[in-house]
Amino acid sequence: MSASLSVRAVVQRDDFELAVTMAVAVGEVVAVIGPNGAGKSTLLRAVSGLLPLTQGRIEIGGRVVDDPEFGVLVPPEERRVGVVFQAYLLFPHLTVRENVAFGPRATGAGLKQARTTAGRWIDALGLTSLASRRPDQLSGGQSQRVALARALAGDPDVLLLDEPMAALDAGTRIDVRAELRDHLRDVNTPTLLITHDPLDALMLADRILVLEEGRVTQQGVAVEVARRPSSTYVAKLLGLNLLRGTAHDGTITLEGGGLLSATDRDADGPVLVALRPDAVSLHATEPHGSARNVWQGRVDGVEPIGDRVRVSTVGPPAVMADVTAAAVSELGLVPGTPVWLSTKATELEVYPAGATPAH
Amino acid sequence: MLTSPTSLDALRLSLVTSTSATAVAFVLGVPLAWLLARAHFPGRRLARALVTIPLVLPPVVGGIALLLAFGRRGLVGQYLEQWFGITLPFTTPGVIVAEAFVAMPFLIITVEGALRGLDGRHEQAAATLGARRLTVFRRVTLPLIAPSLVAGTVLTFARALGEFGATITFAGNLPGVTQTLPLAVYVGLEGDPSEAVALSLVLLAVSVTILVLLRDRWLRTGTAA
Repeated sequence: MSASLSVRAVVQRDDFELAVTMAVAVGEVVAVIGPNGAGKSTLLRAVSGLLPLTQGRIEIGGRVVDDPEFGVLVPPEERRVGVVFQAYLLFPHLTVRENVAFGPRATGAGLKQARTTAGRWIDALGLTSLASRRPDQLSGGQSQRVALARALAGDPDVLLLDEPMAALDAGTRIDVRAELRDHLRDVNTPTLLITHDPLDALMLADRILVLEEGRVTQQGVAVEVARRPSSTYVAKLLGLNLLRGTAHDGTITLEGGGLLSATDRDADGPVLVALRPDAVSLHATEPHGSARNVWQGRVDGVEPIGDRVRVSTVGPPAVMADVTAAAVSELGLVPGTPVWLSTKATELEVYPAGATPAH
Repeated sequence: MLTSPTSLDALRLSLVTSTSATAVAFVLGVPLAWLLARAHFPGRRLARALVTIPLVLPPVVGGIALLLAFGRRGLVGQYLEQWFGITLPFTTPGVIVAEAFVAMPFLIITVEGALRGLDGRHEQAAATLGARRLTVFRRVTLPLIAPSLVAGTVLTFARALGEFGATITFAGNLPGVTQTLPLAVYVGLEGDPSEAVALSLVLLAVSVTILVLLRDRWLRTGTAA
């Protein structure tokens, strides 16, 4: 697989260090997800040329654009990157058409040719009727499409998206995300997407790279990361219970206390267990069903999520369970209520700790 | 009233020199403002102080400084005369120099403030689109600070139009050559006070018009784009 964006980046700033090695292939979308201050924006700025590397090397389309060891530092205007900024940063004094034509114009195309190129992208992104408007007359979703068109019109070797959903209100986000996914599917450029929203990463990206405190803590195919998170941060983002323990012969001894049975008897040694909150049942008395894992706990918090209620419990193990509002009143769940918890062995996703699935 | 040849000459001369001085201030002042706002070089603080000196200096003193620099035996003036045969004092170009010297700080300060107010993100966006620095400046930076450019230019023009002290010191008071409107008003007070009042009213009208325009259109929306 010939990577079209290849990054080995070390950036040192004050008391923060980013150290990332990654690659994005042609036509692939890789999401970098992580909490604030994890270094996501630093990575994006390094790739786009707005921030020089301390060490390492960045190659775009096989061309070295940053390598401090050899004194190579190509400025942003010569990198052929297309960036969709978080705030979009459309030029307020230019119309949509002029904004999109800016890249081709700046790189030497004549006015006519630049307009033709811009027109093609404006049509492709469904902006034809808005071409003569100025940015202050556009909605958030429209601005995002103009920003994408502007970035793509320069025929970049790599496309960078910095929190493309952050500037949108929650109501439009769903539609715009679906639209963006369709557009990104048509783009044959390696794409790097920075986000802190797991839904963006899962819906838009082929692969996910988790960045925490300047380090990659997990990377893999989107579904794989979603199913088997390797850090509490990702599990929390995805709303999964993540438990650590040691497996032996199908029994997992959890770190905080408690035992769980799994169907998988092969796992041996340190493992992680991912458990969906809706796979956990709550009972007033000890259940005698088919569930193999039964333990006692106490309600710690009750919080409505959509049409369900998320109940956090202390165990051991401490887990979150999603139940119906009816169940909450039936069981009289308030903080402090003792409850029985159960889950089926088949619901446990057990995988070795520390190992990030390589793909 | 405003029909005497002296008054008409002064009016015409004032318009020509103020416009020229504004143009000179624009061409020199905008790059200078950019340097002061964006470039890092040793002595930048000193340069900024020097640029603003004409604002606080009594214009007469400014005129004397100009004489010392550009007079026939001045620091620069002697070479201008020897090498190029150019003499500035007591000429119309001398009036333009005096007015530009006094008025340019208004443009520089306004534009520099606006440049500092930009966070640079639009310019970075332009760079990622392949625009070189000059293209970024011309197609993004300048349009973004357009309101301040206009405000600074108008203020500069107004200041140049009203210039008196530096002009009379450096360029003298020759009717038709260096006698601008304010000088004509001064001279008129001794010979024909009503003419002086009429000319004063012209200047007042121009000033008020400019202030009203600025307040309504540019000063309120601020210096940032």
